[in-house]
Amino acid sequence: MSATGGRWRWAPIAPATVLMLLFLGGPIGYCVWIAFTDTQLTGAAGADFVGFENFRRAFADDAFRNAVWLTLVFTVVSAVLGQNTLGLLLAGLMRGASRPVRSVTGSLVIAAWVLPEIVAAFLLYAFFRREGTLNALLEWLGLPAQNWLFTLPILAVSLANVWRGTAFSMLIYSAALAEIPRDVVEAAEVDGARGARRLWYVTLPMIRRSIGTNLMLNTLSTLSVFGLIWAMTRGGPGSRSQTLPVYMYDQALVKSLIGYGTAVALLLLVVGALFSVVYLRLMRVEL
Amino acid sequence: MRTRQKRARRERGRRERGRRERGRRLAADAALLLLATAFALPLVWLLLASLDPGADLRVRAPSTLTGENFRAVLTDEIAFTPMLNSLLLCGGATAVTVVCAALAAYPLSRHRARWARPYLLTVLFTTCLPITAVMVPVYALFVRVELIDTRYGTALFMAASQLPFALWLTKNFMDAVPLVLEEAAWTDGASGARTLTRVVLPLMGPGLTVVTVYTFIQLWGNFFVPFMLILTPERLPASVSVYTFFGNYGSVVYGQLAAFSILYSLPVLLLYVLIARRLGGGFALGGAVKG
Repeated sequence: MSATGGRWRWAPIAPATVLMLLFLGGPIGYCVWIAFTDTQLTGAAGADFVGFENFRRAFADDAFRNAVWLTLVFTVVSAVLGQNTLGLLLAGLMRGASRPVRSVTGSLVIAAWVLPEIVAAFLLYAFFRREGTLNALLEWLGLPAQNWLFTLPILAVSLANVWRGTAFSMLIYSAALAEIPRDVVEAAEVDGARGARRLWYVTLPMIRRSIGTNLMLNTLSTLSVFGLIWAMTRGGPGSRSQTLPVYMYDQALVKSLIGYGTAVALLLLVVGALFSVVYLRLMRVEL
Repeated sequence: MRTRQKRARRERGRRERGRRERGRRLAADAALLLLATAFALPLVWLLLASLDPGADLRVRAPSTLTGENFRAVLTDEIAFTPMLNSLLLCGGATAVTVVCAALAAYPLSRHRARWARPYLLTVLFTTCLPITAVMVPVYALFVRVELIDTRYGTALFMAASQLPFALWLTKNFMDAVPLVLEEAAWTDGASGARTLTRVVLPLMGPGLTVVTVYTFIQLWGNFFVPFMLILTPERLPASVSVYTFFGNYGSVVYGQLAAFSILYSLPVLLLYVLIARRLGGGFALGGAVKG
């Protein structure tokens, strides 16, 4: 079928493959190796194989368990409840809204998404600070103000992640809702399904694949959020917003425990890989 | 008589429906505007603070408008050097990514082999992995092989991190280009390379633009990679320099920080507008999302 010479026709995939093997495959392989050693930042040469010691230590460590718990809270609150639900709500409302309102809202939500991570972090840091906009708003409404980044840091960074990441869900759900055939909706209306009933029995089942996709991708991207949290709270105060990526960075680079930090990274990778496999399964990818 | 009654009833029904629809539209508009306000507040603060000589952390109208904040940050040290660094780093990485992706996508889209499917599945699987997790081993590895604090090393890693997704996307775009045109070129005696550059790539122009712009936007905003791999302050891209700017809390001039944030964000916002129409709908993760 091809005019190009036999085995050379596959040559063009070499640069990409080499690059990915060296810079992605390499670190992942290296990660698997040093997670089982006691490598420290200063004495990379004198590292010994310690088996599962790093993992044993992690699971026995309160700070690690705290990080796992906070990662769970962060992911559920910001990805599953926040981005996912708000994205669906926005997409649904937009179908019934007037054109100018739709485009203004869409642009604002997407702008928050396109903005560089660190700028978003700075904006929300300003928003949640004691002397920031949120408190100004609460005072105006006659509600008590508080220092959000101190009293509820994990909630503040979760809301920041919702602000930043909802656009993706909104786009996915807009596309999914647009693909529901009109006659299905009309038939449901004739049968008396309105409002919540229609949502539950007609709309949601019809977009369930998009829901699966969206939940999976939101979870994966939220699992690896670092810059947003680091810039807003540095994992603090204390370790009250220290999710796994922040904990990993803190152990490996601040405390110089590369081996231990890498073991945490490996756990994060494994969790991510499991989600990815489920996701690929869910999609039943056809090539 | 009867027809008139029927018509009147129908007319009433239509008006009823119309009113219900208008009511529903108003409710949707109101709810959306409320949500839009919540999304807008931090952005409005950014705009106002950048023009306010005495900006603090609250949304408020500046007493006087001034371009002073912008003038103050438009220096080599604050704006130009980091932006140039970003451009070198992300531009270089984007070029490597797009060239590698386009090259690799071509045979994967056109030829068959038993290992092509597992190869593509591995690529897709890599797309989903949390890259944040490999930053510590990458750092350790870069120290080992002395790539730490080098621009080309960092750019190559950034390119590799975007490559799986770019490759996947490019392949999907390439699959959409009909094979017939290439076969015609082959019959006319064109070589494989010539067919690629003269027939396939031009047809893929819009697709490749999307891949290029998307890759660049992703890299431009990337904080963690340069934060880990680049140490010399003069080599830091804007993403990290913004952070060090307000990372040293204390005596931050918020107006200037806002002004610089706007300058730093502007290129990606404009580029996004450029490709927004093609990014619309479920595109966001290419074919993967459509399932």
